Amino acid sequence: MSGKLKNWKEIPIGGKILEAGNSKEYKTGDWRTFRPLHNPEKCTNCMICWMICPDSAIKVGGVDCPAKGQKGVSDKPNLGNFGGFDLDYCKGCGVCAEECPFKAIEMKEEKEFKD
Amino acid sequence: MVKKRKAFTGAQCTAEAMRQINPDVVAAYPITPQTNIMHAFSQFVADGDVDTEFITVESEHSAMSACVGSSAAGARTMTATSANGLALMWEIVYIAASTRLPIVMNIVNRALSGPINIHCDHSDSMGCRDSGWIQIYSENGEEAYENTIMAMRIAEHTDVLLPVMVCQDGFITSHCVETVELLDDETVKNFIGEYVGHYPLLDVDKPVTYGPLDLFDYYFEHKRQQVDAMQNSVKVIREVFDEFGKITGKHYDFFEGYRLEDAEKVIVCANSSAGTIRVVIDELREQGQKVGLLKMRVFRPWLNDMVVEKLRGVKAVAVLDRSDSFGAFGGPLFSEIRSSFHEETEKPNIIDYIYGLGGRELDIAQIKKVFAELEEVKTNVGERVRYLGVRE
Repeated sequence: MSGKLKNWKEIPIGGKILEAGNSKEYKTGDWRTFRPLHNPEKCTNCMICWMICPDSAIKVGGVDCPAKGQKGVSDKPNLGNFGGFDLDYCKGCGVCAEECPFKAIEMKEEKEFKD
Repeated sequence: MVKKRKAFTGAQCTAEAMRQINPDVVAAYPITPQTNIMHAFSQFVADGDVDTEFITVESEHSAMSACVGSSAAGARTMTATSANGLALMWEIVYIAASTRLPIVMNIVNRALSGPINIHCDHSDSMGCRDSGWIQIYSENGEEAYENTIMAMRIAEHTDVLLPVMVCQDGFITSHCVETVELLDDETVKNFIGEYVGHYPLLDVDKPVTYGPLDLFDYYFEHKRQQVDAMQNSVKVIREVFDEFGKITGKHYDFFEGYRLEDAEKVIVCANSSAGTIRVVIDELREQGQKVGLLKMRVFRPWLNDMVVEKLRGVKAVAVLDRSDSFGAFGGPLFSEIRSSFHEETEKPNIIDYIYGLGGRELDIAQIKKVFAELEEVKTNVGERVRYLGVRE
């Protein structure tokens, strides 16, 4: 949970949650021990990771990879492109890394990151 | 207000209270260990005397689960059970309290198996004394009737919102016919009033979540709220007792004394044994013995100060526990009474008698024996925890 935790007088009794649609406030990614790293050199934007991510934590809308030197390379965002990981919800399960046909995703332990 | 006199069993008295309360939902498991309360109440349902949705479920676990669901939906909800039935409810009994659902459940106090036994003792309700339910005990059918009606008001009070167990002795009270005075329907209806749910699930304009995952970040705070609700209930119980007492002309209290003035030797007990003990007290008082009784009506919340106040000046106290706490130092009632006196400099010598397990009868001779032993206890406490009526 983010933010300051409330005391027992400030919360509804009996564990009731009085606002509807609040699950989006719950960041399920905070128990992650492995973080995915994306290698744009290898990525072909096949979007298999997007399809198989169990937490819908693969974002879209990245720019085409300029280093590939492909035809029609654009520096504009494209909804058909890989656009990063949503680390608020990524649990670090590693399914994306396992399934990526181009080995463009690597899992690293969280302790290797400073943020 | 018209009072009517009836020859009723304790179970019939309770069912009559339920009929007059006319709850929205009653969920019960219709096979043993169910009691005559549900037998009588289901007849009211069949005859159209109540508007209650009566849900017959496949187990006691499901009965309490259905009660939790219906109470959360905003329905006034009641049930009744006994002994192993209560034991099977256990998991959901805690959930009802922690979800703050004002369910009223009548318990016919009976022994927990094994070996298999269906007769009276208090091990069922005493076993769940830490479940977060308010517990009220009844000496006879009339008290079970009155406690049930008062329990509804206590449970639903917005400062409380806790479930309440109303207990009566199995067979001794539940199955024995006594003359009782009951109130008319209108008086009861007016006393309990309309129930307005606390953020009910069926209020679709205000959608809420019940029973979410509550881990190390907030679970403790919700437990702290339950403590607060129990403390709040003390004032509410007192108010409801007083208000109902104005209707019936009786005085209800957490602990009720009998001939306590100048008493030197006192027995503390709960439920039906109080009646038998009163008979002995009258006889011994005739002989000039300074004896008295302190009957416990409310076990949860427990009032330390009141116990001390009521037993002030007493020299020897015998607590009668109709359940044991194996491996503990005495039964549950004894532990509370003794602990209440911890800070006092002037205190009586207090001993415990475990008695009446599995329906073993408590007779007049045994009570006389207790008072006789208390004579010695006044000056020499001796064995703290004793067993009454067991073959040694």
